[in-house]
Amino acid sequence: MSASSANTIVSYTGKKLGSLRSERRWALWTAYASLIVATIIFLAPPFYMLVTSLKSSAEISNLQGNPWLVRAPTLENYMELIANPLFRGFFVNSVVITLCVVVISMVISVLAAFSLARMKFWGSQALATGVFLTYLVPDTLLFIPLYQIVGGLGLLNSIWGLILIYPTLTVPFCTWIMIGYFASIPKELDEAALIDGAGWMQMLTKIFIPVALPGIIAATIFAFTVSWAAFVYPTAFVTTPEHMPLTIGVVSQLIRGDTFAWGQIMAGALMAALPPVVVYAFLMDYYIAGLTAGATKG
Amino acid sequence: MAQVHLRKVVKEYEGGVQAVKGIDLDIADHEFVVLVGPSGCGKSTTLRMIAGLEEISSGEIDIGGTVVNDVPPRDRDIAMVFQNYALYPHMTVYDNMAFGLTLRKFDKGEIRRRVENAAKILDIGMLLDRKPKALSGGQRQRVAMGRAIVRDPKVFLFDEPLSNLDAKLRVQMRTEIKKVHQTVRTTTVYVTHDQVEAMTLADRVVVMNHGKIEQVGPPQELYHHPKTRFVAGFIGSPSMNFIPARLEETGSGLVVRMTERAVLPVPAARAARYAPHVGRELLFGIRPEHLTEPHPNEHRPNIAHFEAAPEVVEPMGMETLLHFWVEGHEICARFDPAIEVAPGRVAAMAVDMDQMHLIDPKTDMVL
Repeated sequence: MSASSANTIVSYTGKKLGSLRSERRWALWTAYASLIVATIIFLAPPFYMLVTSLKSSAEISNLQGNPWLVRAPTLENYMELIANPLFRGFFVNSVVITLCVVVISMVISVLAAFSLARMKFWGSQALATGVFLTYLVPDTLLFIPLYQIVGGLGLLNSIWGLILIYPTLTVPFCTWIMIGYFASIPKELDEAALIDGAGWMQMLTKIFIPVALPGIIAATIFAFTVSWAAFVYPTAFVTTPEHMPLTIGVVSQLIRGDTFAWGQIMAGALMAALPPVVVYAFLMDYYIAGLTAGATKG
Repeated sequence: MAQVHLRKVVKEYEGGVQAVKGIDLDIADHEFVVLVGPSGCGKSTTLRMIAGLEEISSGEIDIGGTVVNDVPPRDRDIAMVFQNYALYPHMTVYDNMAFGLTLRKFDKGEIRRRVENAAKILDIGMLLDRKPKALSGGQRQRVAMGRAIVRDPKVFLFDEPLSNLDAKLRVQMRTEIKKVHQTVRTTTVYVTHDQVEAMTLADRVVVMNHGKIEQVGPPQELYHHPKTRFVAGFIGSPSMNFIPARLEETGSGLVVRMTERAVLPVPAARAARYAPHVGRELLFGIRPEHLTEPHPNEHRPNIAHFEAAPEVVEPMGMETLLHFWVEGHEICARFDPAIEVAPGRVAAMAVDMDQMHLIDPKTDMVL
């Protein structure tokens, strides 16, 4: 190795070596640039919604000026929606459906995952794979058979029909996440619990659930999102406004023929998006930890 | 406290692979028994069968006078310490230790008394409010032991508890385990692959190989009177030297002949025992510590002398190990570090023939 000057390090081939600091700077610049572009792309639609929701109907229909700016901001769209009992009904329906679906999904998937991951029995591996394959079946393929089943049970046009259907969409994936999470818990932990005197249910409630909490939160968020944001199923299965959840309520009640109440549609959509945003913001770290668990042994 | 009896215990996995091939073992009350052997010898499987974590394929396990073949682990009144500690990560040290008692519906005051008592024995009183992730490896292992002690079980089971610790801490914890056993006197079955651990901890050592028990006995007996070639080679570090040799009779008594020139006299006291094997090709076994530098004022009988040039010299501080080859077999000698030796330079050596072993290569039994 030789040095052409006091501070420049040259390799034995004579090529100047890059410094770590400048390489790191380049990596940071690239990362920042990509993240800014991604942020703009993802935040542009909600920003446009926010801007529109703060405009009066007159301002929205006025084609002069920049549509991305508000000249006279107003909360009248929000006030009208909140004052509307129908909108409050949509909100309550969404909350009830989501709460029930999350509870049902988590109870089934935690129990299923625990038995599939830990209570080795004949066919448990095949069943675990089967659960995941169920998730790969597109929702739309199940549409007609589910319609017939729900119809047969007399639950069409009712939130209970949706509460029955949504777990078929959430349970397979939640179970799959939980199987991975439970499998990453060292085997000695259940053996220690067995020797300490725990039965299977105690082992699940006192050891596995607390240890696998990040995984359970990740699965809960998934079930929450699927249930809260579902659109196709309620569109087909619910027809009267008093049983509609927010997602279809906003659209079906605020579009009358060819009249679009854009300000209220945007305000309603933003308010509908608020609960998932709050949930994600608080539980983001758990969600990521839950999804990546089991990737490495640790 | 209890006795543990294993009778013709077999563990066979699917496909007919036998991990444990019908072992018999009687463990006395208060006894500290160490199962030792290389990986895959069946020692951990045996321990797990005693714990009830593995079903036994045939045979009988008796703990404290009750056959426990079909008794679940929680009802066997045993406590186990695992290699990776297996502490509940979401619980504090106190809760970890109290968990078993809570499940058994012990009174809160009694739980506190027992946990504090165990914490005192193990010197972890100041850690009771911490979570396992805030503990060092040694502290975690102490907590795992504390979890076993509070239960006051009939039997303690240890599954390679020191394997995850560094060398220095391992020695420290080894002493700790011995101290705890001397205090609580609970019958203990301890599994390790480390023969030093086995020798230092055990009242009796059980050497296992290929799913069978090779020999059971106190550490010194195994060291001085191994019954098989495997035990002779496994116990002791560095391990025993084995050299093919022929047992011959000369005018002055029996000798072992390794090469044309390397001939060592057999002590007269062994003549009767070895007489039926004269003329046979056997294995001559001698430990490195019995193959040393000659002492000028040596008055012990049966010391044979020879010379060899070591190819490798390993100064260890408290001793120097010399490696040389006889007929293609590596031999290790243990010298006083004060003696100057160098690779390639001929050194005088002394063999304590009273410590020799002869092994039948056909049966691998020590004669």
